[in-house]
Amino acid sequence: MLASILVSGLAAGAIYALVGVTYNTMFSTSRVMSFTAGQLAMLGGVFGSMFTLKLGMPIIAGFLLTLLGCAIIGIITEFVAVRPVLKNLDQHLYVLSTLALALMIQQVAAIKWGTEPQPFPRLIGWGSGVWDEKFWLPVAACAITIVCLEYLYRRTLVGRAFVAIAEDNFAARALGLPERNLRVASYALAGVIGGVAGFSGGELLLAFFANGALLNFYGFVPVALGGLGNNRGAIVGGLALGLFQQAANFLVGGIFSSVAVFTLFIVVLLAAPQGLFGASTARRV
Amino acid sequence: MTAVTATPGHNETGAWRAALPQLAPFFGILALALMLPFISNDYWALIGTRAAIYWVLVSGLNLVVGFAGHLAIGYVALLTLGAYTTSVLVAGNILPPVPVFAALPVAAIVGAVFGVIVGLPALRLRTFYFAMSTLGFATIVTQIALAWQSVTGGGIGISGPEFPPPFNTAWGFYSLCAGFAAFTTWMSANVARSRFGRALIAVRDAEVAAEATGISKPKMLIAIFLFAGALAAIAGGLFATLQTYITPDAFTFDLSVLFFIAILIGGRGSILGPMLGTIILTILPEIAAPLAAWSTFLYAVLLLVIVLVMPGGIAALLDFRNRRPLASNRAIVPRPAALADIVRRRAGGTTLKLHNIALSFGNVRAIDGLDLEVAPGQIHGLIGPNGSGKTTTLNVISGYYAAKSGTMTLGEDALPPGMPAIRAARGIARSFQTPRVIGEASVLQNVMIGGTIEGKASFIEAMLALPRNRRDERMLAAKARALLGVVGLEPLADVRADRLQHSELRFIEIARALMLDPDFLLLDEPAAGLSSDEIERLAGLIKAISGRGTGVLLVEHHADLIFDICHQVTVLNLGRTLAAGTPAEIRVHKEVVSAYLGG
Repeated sequence: MLASILVSGLAAGAIYALVGVTYNTMFSTSRVMSFTAGQLAMLGGVFGSMFTLKLGMPIIAGFLLTLLGCAIIGIITEFVAVRPVLKNLDQHLYVLSTLALALMIQQVAAIKWGTEPQPFPRLIGWGSGVWDEKFWLPVAACAITIVCLEYLYRRTLVGRAFVAIAEDNFAARALGLPERNLRVASYALAGVIGGVAGFSGGELLLAFFANGALLNFYGFVPVALGGLGNNRGAIVGGLALGLFQQAANFLVGGIFSSVAVFTLFIVVLLAAPQGLFGASTARRV
Repeated sequence: MTAVTATPGHNETGAWRAALPQLAPFFGILALALMLPFISNDYWALIGTRAAIYWVLVSGLNLVVGFAGHLAIGYVALLTLGAYTTSVLVAGNILPPVPVFAALPVAAIVGAVFGVIVGLPALRLRTFYFAMSTLGFATIVTQIALAWQSVTGGGIGISGPEFPPPFNTAWGFYSLCAGFAAFTTWMSANVARSRFGRALIAVRDAEVAAEATGISKPKMLIAIFLFAGALAAIAGGLFATLQTYITPDAFTFDLSVLFFIAILIGGRGSILGPMLGTIILTILPEIAAPLAAWSTFLYAVLLLVIVLVMPGGIAALLDFRNRRPLASNRAIVPRPAALADIVRRRAGGTTLKLHNIALSFGNVRAIDGLDLEVAPGQIHGLIGPNGSGKTTTLNVISGYYAAKSGTMTLGEDALPPGMPAIRAARGIARSFQTPRVIGEASVLQNVMIGGTIEGKASFIEAMLALPRNRRDERMLAAKARALLGVVGLEPLADVRADRLQHSELRFIEIARALMLDPDFLLLDEPAAGLSSDEIERLAGLIKAISGRGTGVLLVEHHADLIFDICHQVTVLNLGRTLAAGTPAEIRVHKEVVSAYLGG
């Protein structure tokens, strides 16, 4: 049983962590938490199943088209729900605009794709039992994504520009960085990461429209625990959350596991509103 | 154009006449609701009942979302809770069956308790975090309803409670629900119009200023979470009857979206707007039947359009009064002499003393061993270059920063560090460097906020509009109006504060601070952005305030104003006292002249 808890916990945790990174990627350049993060991961599964099973494309082509589709949804998010409300960030209108967009995405998926979970193809066909690919694929995808992101942020000019904008938006603009284009790019990148999360977790979560809302919550928990914009916190938090949830699932049953996750979330946030790794609040007066 | 807007009369009939245009739409809706049985069929009875039930919930949620500004998007959870509590109690799955009219109050209590539990995170978290936590709660409740088969019937469900005659027919039940809706409208409007409603908006839009006027955010929020939770649970009980049979599937997240969006379409800080929003959103899918499957999509589109195009919602569309142009050449003419009639004279005696206060931010010593004494009836000037610790000193006194060392005393008593919300009760009021007023409230309401802690009525009394609350309201409104006369803003009393000029906002803040009859008034650069005429009038006003026995601590950069009206002046530099004494001594103090005044 310990092995099942470990593998299913790490697999689910890797998906949560990736959704957390999706949140953070959007947050870093715009200071906006977007309700579309979970929907992007949902679309990763739905697009993947649609391209490969329904339209019968090869896995690789389906994968690339899925990422492209999610990147486009990410860019739409920036244009429709983020850019118009950025001027008055302190009014927090983004909560409402991104919620509206997320609901629209979810509703279209429910009507056009169907409200029943639909199968997702086997991607590689390696492993069985606890070594089944549906367990190790999300973990591998998470690891690869981290390596790629680290490379991007540390070694490439575009990545450093992302970091600069996340660090100090005004200073970055004063240096002449194309802040708006970089923001659009970061939303496309977030779409890709969300798509990877959904595609790699497709065999575990299936192609199901309601995954969006679920992943919105479970992906946000690690971000809240780790501190906004902190990818390391999101990954540690995501994996820990997955293990905690699966342990509770196996030990006390499914319903109580979600009650346990919710209680953990509330208690930690009440005790440390900035997250366990986050910085303290700005001055108010 | 001299008159800015019509000033409502002060007597009772005048007040009624002024309120009539605001009440008329409610009476119109009520008349329509009463006529509905005579002009339509059972199908519309169902729709009308549904709208009424939704409104019972929304009228409570409106105080949370529209007034307190907390984005509670998962309120379907409390509807579910109420529906199951009522149904289970009536069916007798745990305890012996109880009549439905006894089950509803129990459900209300359960709903109120869970309303607070779900709302607790709002005390520390805002916006996205709070939205997420309510969303999380909504998913859990459905899962529990599904899993706890012995009580809830799981996926098979449970029958809803049945009401005794005459409420067991379609129109009978409709009238019951409409009655509930009318009653909850009245209660929520009472809360909204009371000092509690104003305090909620103050916490939402000017949290720091709200604290300085002594508003306790936790108490406020807990009261409305109890209220909203109870109403949501009652709505749930009625909803279960309407459905006749409930399963967890009946409580989709779409319902939450409907409730939430009805409020936003209606507009923040309004009762009429969300009510119209609820009615429109309930009817919309019915008249566009082919679109029923797309209803949530439509709601979402509406939400996006509202947010991007018309953030004020229906309420802003209907707010004709604030579209009339204001006079552009208006001047602020304070009448300090009138203070004598309003502010009670201080006996004097207590002195505010700061001894050896020190505070640092990281490695920067913002205040470094400061001694300061503000005597009653005196104007004490606090000047110094930028970054010398003037505002920080005010923030230490008003409790936003806790000093690292040193003591503060008020007369004989120690003034504890931190705890900004207790300062108002100790007689300390203040203004802010950037005026912190509530843009969406009227000027009069902004000033009334200052007297929140003077109110005697409890939340229940305010909810039911009992005599003590009416007395509070009359007292606060009369005093606020009189103080607006003192600072010279009376003609603007009913104008939305965000339409005013910067200098006018500064005078609003002073009027708000005076609502407390403060022993000590801390003014943070009140003359910044004022014209020289206005500064002169401000000087007269401050002198009159100190003349009533209030000790004034004045942070200012206008040296003329300081030397003109202060009794004592303290000069700060790098967090230390550079010099202290009378204006005449300071003016010739060598170091002050070279460090600050220039010469």
